[in-house]
Amino acid sequence: MQYEAIIGLEVHVELNTQSKVFCRCSTKFDAPPNTNVCPVCLGMPGVLPVLNRAVVESAVAVGLALNCTVSSWSKLDRKNYFYPDLAKNYQISQYDLPLCRHGSLEIEVNGQSKRIGITRAHIEEDTARNVHDIGGGESGVDFNRSGVPLLEIVSEPELRSAQEAYAYLLQLKQILQYLNVSDCNMEEGSLRAEANVSVRPVGSTKFGTKTEVKNIASFSFTQRAIDYEIKRQIQTLEEGGTVRQETRGWDDRSGTTVSQRSKESAHDYRYFPEPDLVPIAMDETWVKRIREALPELPQAKRARFIEQYRLSAYDAGVLTSSKAMADYFESVLKAGAAAKPAANWIMGDLQALLTAAKTEIESCSITPNHLSEMIRLIEDGTISGKIAKHLLVDMFQTGKAPKALVEEKGLVQISDISWLEQVAREVIVANPGPVSDYRAGKEKTFGFLVGQVMKASKGKANPKLVNDILKQQLAK
Amino acid sequence: MTKITKADVEYVAALAQLSLDEVTKERLVGELSDILSYMDKLNELDTRDIEPMMHVLPMTNVYRDDVVGPSLDRETALMNAPKTDGEYFLVPRILDIE
Repeated sequence: MQYEAIIGLEVHVELNTQSKVFCRCSTKFDAPPNTNVCPVCLGMPGVLPVLNRAVVESAVAVGLALNCTVSSWSKLDRKNYFYPDLAKNYQISQYDLPLCRHGSLEIEVNGQSKRIGITRAHIEEDTARNVHDIGGGESGVDFNRSGVPLLEIVSEPELRSAQEAYAYLLQLKQILQYLNVSDCNMEEGSLRAEANVSVRPVGSTKFGTKTEVKNIASFSFTQRAIDYEIKRQIQTLEEGGTVRQETRGWDDRSGTTVSQRSKESAHDYRYFPEPDLVPIAMDETWVKRIREALPELPQAKRARFIEQYRLSAYDAGVLTSSKAMADYFESVLKAGAAAKPAANWIMGDLQALLTAAKTEIESCSITPNHLSEMIRLIEDGTISGKIAKHLLVDMFQTGKAPKALVEEKGLVQISDISWLEQVAREVIVANPGPVSDYRAGKEKTFGFLVGQVMKASKGKANPKLVNDILKQQLAK
Repeated sequence: MTKITKADVEYVAALAQLSLDEVTKERLVGELSDILSYMDKLNELDTRDIEPMMHVLPMTNVYRDDVVGPSLDRETALMNAPKTDGEYFLVPRILDIE
């Protein structure tokens, strides 16, 4: 039987505000345990939470970027459950009136674009972190993470493969990073994804029993974890079994998902309105102000790059993969370079240098002005493209301006015609074999002769002049 | 009319992690039923033209600016912990890994 997978993703994103969602403690990630805590985020009785305005504004910005309807009236609710990461036995979240609803996100898989519905995006507080490896038969609780603002973004069950789920996550991450509302670092847990996965025979309109796949700690695991879970469910059904509704954790070592909660406790969270926090009323002026402050989003930027700079879809995709990269590219153009060479240098040699140095373009030592200046030096014949490749490495290592480095290292291209003619004559005399081959019509040996001249000039001869002079002399 | 069964009381008590003796359970069956009956009384009112009240306070939009303030020092934070190693709150080992 042919099966299809039904996947919905729940993504939790830690917002990168300075302070927590309901108190003034810092959100800094790697502080020593229990040092960014206060009575509010420790869940002490009698304290009063006060909502951080920046959390609301970031959440609305994300909602707008995901084409959501922003609720004009929204409130916070208590979600009640007992767990050691939750000292007050309830998490402040949003239930029936989330801040953002009914959005969509466009993904592209195998050149096909598809619109995935976003059910809702709501604000909540992160819980404390439990540490299990401290020995002594006990677990430790660190409340630094308690109260860090979270945005939960829930997709419709409209993803049909692990590949689509992966594309959705990457696209979502790109948008969040463009908005600069989260680091989206899965390894550090600032972006966490849970997948609801079920399978059904193709043609059926009824959903199968779903499992919830958790503990996906990196983007690359997402696809593997979901793929595994789809196969597992299909196999279970094929063997005549039934899929059990449960939470399963991805175990990277074994490459499988493992059942997590043995006692399937009823998810009865008894939500009720949080009496300590007043409702959020979003008027049109406020929404408009947030909308106007939105940056150009990846999709729009990609389309503009193709249109305005005549770039291929591929090049535009790479250059807009991060806002920093796109900004860098446009700064290079603003400094005078043409789009095509700028794109090629950034995506090629510069990206290779960044990757090798494990750094990002934000902290690149080559300024956009310097890159533009280097491209100009190639175009006006001061240096060859080949020299430029070496020059770029020097620029990357020293942060110096290309002109200064060219002078310092004597990299200026040799365009002295009489000297080049002299070298060309010597090469012709020294290589009678290839010369006669060339004259007999073997065009290929011309490259060899050019190479000899370049070698004699230590790579600094102007290649175009060498070509011209050699051709001239060989025709004699 | 009894709206609440003993099973309901036991379920709610379990969710709240309360253990109740039989006498208390019986009492709560009565009290909770009375509360729900009173809701029926409220339901008799015609509320078609009345906007639902989402919150008891007639206020909206109370926020603070995103500014970091002082936190407790760790010693103070851990002062009321039933058990601590000086860094963490210690709890019985959590087997049910998140």
